[in-house]
Amino acid sequence: MIANYGYQDGSGEYYITIDTDRCIECEGRWCVGACPQSLFVIEADDYDDEVATIAEGARKKLKEKCAACKPAGGHESLPCIDACRPGAISHSW
Amino acid sequence: MIVAGIDIGSKNIQVVVLEDGTVAARVSVASGFEQEESARKGIEEAAAAAGVTPADIEYIVATGVGRKAVAFTQHQVTEVAADAKGAFALNPAARTVIDVGADEARAIRIDATGKVIDFAVNEKCAAGAGAFVEAMSRALEVSLRRFGEISLESTESIPMNAQCTVFAESEVVSLIHSNTAQKDIAKAVHDAMAGRVSAMARRAGLENEVVIGGGVAHNVGFVRALKDTLGVGDLHVLPEPEYTGAFGAALIAAQKVAEGVPALNPQA
Amino acid sequence: MPEETKEFWRWSEKVWRDESIDWRGSRAITAGIDVGSVSSQAVILADGRLYAYHSTRTGSNSPDSARKALNGAMAGADMSQEDIRYVVGTGYGRVNVPFANRAITEIACHARGANYMVGPSVKTILDMGGQDCKVIRCDEKGKVQNFIMNDKCAAGTGRGMEVIADALGVPIEDIGRRSFEIDEEPPPVSNVCTVFAKSEATGLLKAGWSVNRVLASYCAAMAERVSSLIERMSVEPDFFITGGIAKNEGVVRRIERIIGIEAVRLPADTVLDPQIAGALGAALFAHALLKKEQKASAQA
Ligand code: SF4
Ligand code: SF4
Repeated sequence: MIANYGYQDGSGEYYITIDTDRCIECEGRWCVGACPQSLFVIEADDYDDEVATIAEGARKKLKEKCAACKPAGGHESLPCIDACRPGAISHSW
Repeated sequence: MIVAGIDIGSKNIQVVVLEDGTVAARVSVASGFEQEESARKGIEEAAAAAGVTPADIEYIVATGVGRKAVAFTQHQVTEVAADAKGAFALNPAARTVIDVGADEARAIRIDATGKVIDFAVNEKCAAGAGAFVEAMSRALEVSLRRFGEISLESTESIPMNAQCTVFAESEVVSLIHSNTAQKDIAKAVHDAMAGRVSAMARRAGLENEVVIGGGVAHNVGFVRALKDTLGVGDLHVLPEPEYTGAFGAALIAAQKVAEGVPALNPQA
Repeated sequence: MPEETKEFWRWSEKVWRDESIDWRGSRAITAGIDVGSVSSQAVILADGRLYAYHSTRTGSNSPDSARKALNGAMAGADMSQEDIRYVVGTGYGRVNVPFANRAITEIACHARGANYMVGPSVKTILDMGGQDCKVIRCDEKGKVQNFIMNDKCAAGTGRGMEVIADALGVPIEDIGRRSFEIDEEPPPVSNVCTVFAKSEATGLLKAGWSVNRVLASYCAAMAERVSSLIERMSVEPDFFITGGIAKNEGVVRRIERIIGIEAVRLPADTVLDPQIAGALGAALFAHALLKKEQKASAQA
């Protein structure tokens, strides 16, 4: 499943996309430890697969939560994307 | 030499008149529906307050969202440029400038010469600007001024769920129904907004001294909440904070005249 | 036909029961309960077939609303909660359905419910609720493949529409019709944010626009907003719309215009209501989970 967590508001679109099919086979669960804001949690989804999701309380605050990793002057890489070896994570902004 | 800076926001228009480098008048008028007309009125009132006529003003620089909607100014600069100029002149130690107005907020990092290094802006979501606190004070039926003051009396930290002005209004109403003290609600509201503004400031980069301008800097509750969230030593409120942009624009006007840019006042 | 007490577009009270079914004769009675931010629905299935449903307004207390919805669906059937073998809770208050055997997200439930209502041809579902908006892509079994939602911002939700309707003094159920009573389609309201759009709308009135023209302009803005979410997923027909705004043609037809695909409409004589998609999906999950349990215990 392609799961898009986040939102769009007047200021823009802030989505973190997780390709959860890749999580099913993932051995490392690297995302969990990589994010300095602890955004990633592993949970059973509705079809009983153990996959990564974005912590419930953070879903409406991604712009703020990810601010530290995304200085206004630009950034080269993001800890979560670098850590996830199966390449399941992408950001919309 | 008489010059002026005009900051045309969507709600208010601020005008600063400089006479030989010192402030001769500061005037604020409502933007209203006819921005051009209101802007003219602002200039007239400011000229009168400075004891001159609009025709005596050699050069006008406009800033603010409506800067392009007004034809009679000689030059336009972005809010970021105007803010940086104004804040640096008011406090040369400033390195991070935060400006929170009713409809938008921005954070700018400047170097020791006042040059802009980086900036972040929020202009399109009311939850990140003064409009958020205004709406909540209305929901609580407390004046904006009082709303800021009472929040200082609270030591509670109630997290707000809603991140949108519209949904937060309902949340405030349900907090009222559950008999949460007004001061605690007020603090929760200011904390929530401070969180958003501080995330924006972090993107621009925090460096001491951190100064704050814009109309919302008058709100003591917000200033405290922001100071706590930023975790910087101090947060300096600029004098006459809502005029930071207009003052900066006026300084740029003075500079233009000094540089010998032909000053043609179309009003003359 | 279902009985409908028209209270307000967002939470019309509705009860329906299939009198031709004697539930006592069935082996598996299951229920799905969708506790939304403004309305709550309960659906009861008898052996996987739709038996009854009820839609009611969500009160300030989620467990009470869940119970109220279920009681409404059971009312008149001489059924009690003990007769229901498996309950799935969904919706924004899903964790607050204390008597549910399991909670499942509204994303999965909507997909499954829409699949039952429209059939396996449904691939894209748009749910526009009072406080959120979601787009779901699913396979022919109703299993979610891709989803996106927005429950942070009032723009693009029923609440945002309500704020504008209030500001213009127009009853919300008239918006769709009135938004087409114009000479030519105006440009959409330029502010996304509901707070700023409201000032813009009142400004347009002052500038001499008719109320209908402002409504058209706001419906168009809302359609653009929602379409941008849909287009992130790439739409594949059949395209089905659920939720409160599904009844607002002013928005629906403008969305269809933008994405170039017409939404499936249920036949006029249907007993189904797009409003119950979430609860129906939950009840179908309940039925499947119960069967799985029964099978497991039979093997043990
Ligand atoms: S590291 Fe990547 S693939 Fe593994 S669980 Fe996290 S998001 Fe999924
Ligand atoms: S989140 Fe709320 S305040 Fe922000 S843009 Fe959306 S409607 Fe406006």
